[in-house]
Amino acid sequence: MSWFIETCTSSLGKKYIMAVTGLLLGGFLLVHAAGNSSIFWGRNAFISYAVHLHSLGVLVNIFEVMLLAVFLVHVSTGLVLFLENRNTRPSRYQVERSAGGRTWGSRTMPYTGLVILAFLLLHLANFHFTDHDLPIADIVTPILSNPFYTLLYGIGMAALALHTSHGFWSLFQSLGINHPRYDRAIRFLAWLGCALIIGVFTCILLLMLLAGGSLQP
Amino acid sequence: MAGKKITITVKIWRQVGPETEGRFEEHRLEEIDPDMSFLEMLDVLNEKLTLAGRQPVAFDHDCREGICGMCGAVVDGIAHGPEEETTLCQLHMRHFRDGETICIEPFRARGFPLVRDLVVDRSAFDRIIQAGGYVSVNTGSARDGNTIPVAQNVAEQAMDAAACIGCGACVAACPNGAAMLFVSGKISQFALLPQGRPERGRRALAMVRAMDAEGFGNCGNERECEKVCPKGLSIRNIARLNREYLRAALMGDE
Ligand code: FES
Repeated sequence: MSWFIETCTSSLGKKYIMAVTGLLLGGFLLVHAAGNSSIFWGRNAFISYAVHLHSLGVLVNIFEVMLLAVFLVHVSTGLVLFLENRNTRPSRYQVERSAGGRTWGSRTMPYTGLVILAFLLLHLANFHFTDHDLPIADIVTPILSNPFYTLLYGIGMAALALHTSHGFWSLFQSLGINHPRYDRAIRFLAWLGCALIIGVFTCILLLMLLAGGSLQP
Repeated sequence: MAGKKITITVKIWRQVGPETEGRFEEHRLEEIDPDMSFLEMLDVLNEKLTLAGRQPVAFDHDCREGICGMCGAVVDGIAHGPEEETTLCQLHMRHFRDGETICIEPFRARGFPLVRDLVVDRSAFDRIIQAGGYVSVNTGSARDGNTIPVAQNVAEQAMDAAACIGCGACVAACPNGAAMLFVSGKISQFALLPQGRPERGRRALAMVRAMDAEGFGNCGNERECEKVCPKGLSIRNIARLNREYLRAALMGDE
């Protein structure tokens, strides 16, 4: 067991944890985006998707608990890494310049992560910890047709776009998957995953803002 | 043919010792030959300081031909200065403009405590190498070079990793002060070759343990290290280190 603890607490072990949990969370986001895209087919399609999902009963609860666990591990490991890395340079450089490796995504990882965390709390308060007497479409519509919420959700999406733009590529590197043979494929897949998730959610936001009140049945 | 001489201002870090406060000092240097190396420019500065009865700037150097890994400083925010795949001793003054102000700082990282001025203590690297232990090579009279077959492409990859001169620019450039590129180069050069295979698992575990103990940071895949590496080591080596360590942690037998 000691090897397990040593591995998990080592610098590389923490990378593996971030990579594996990041991959799982990314997978969840893809499924979540695919499910929610049923709203493009109208109010009834969306409601029936939700009803089907919840007919899985206890499976949904098990899945939620697992997702929460993965999420907490990702956030807490990320925080540990952020705090540890903060004092690895005792004095700052007078001239701080990038040699060209960093991206907007990579340099903002901890901050976008925290924005996403705040966004998720709002998102759960809006749609999860709320009265579920009404059909889901009627809970979602009044909130998301409010431009104030479009703005808040837009900020959440922007943070998610930045975070995943680095994270989806980075997780492969952390797991040791980097080879000339499939370098391009991984970069493309990482980009595609990011674009799909952000694209679908942004379209839903715009749809609800512009036509939320008059969703076709 | 010698180019036109230039005048520059250096803004250089001075610090008497690890415990004292450091500060920047500005010096104007005239008649700098553009064909001079960066270290020769520092020699000119030191001559000037010495003649004025002041302490010269301490900086590390040895071969001055880009192979020993002793030199290094952060020039205008970039470790080893603006030229790619170039050590500080191989950087020439022709890459700077007449009248330019150049900011020169030591490598700053928790793993590299400052000794004086631009000199930092990089012995943490030696301790990581020591932790790596030995490689099983038969001794005795010289053996036929082809007794152990190594494919050409594998030998090339091992040589690319072994090109690391241990200068520490990767640590200096890493936003997280991590030593991953250095360690990955050392791990790769042995893990790729049959001679290094027997101890590969133990080596990966021990070197990562030593790296963490020396106070280096955690890698965030920022890729700054490979951009400043004077020997052009790729982060593919870091991916290999990640594989080697994972393999050793999961399947090692010690
Ligand atoms: S002095 Fe040897 S590499 Fe620069």
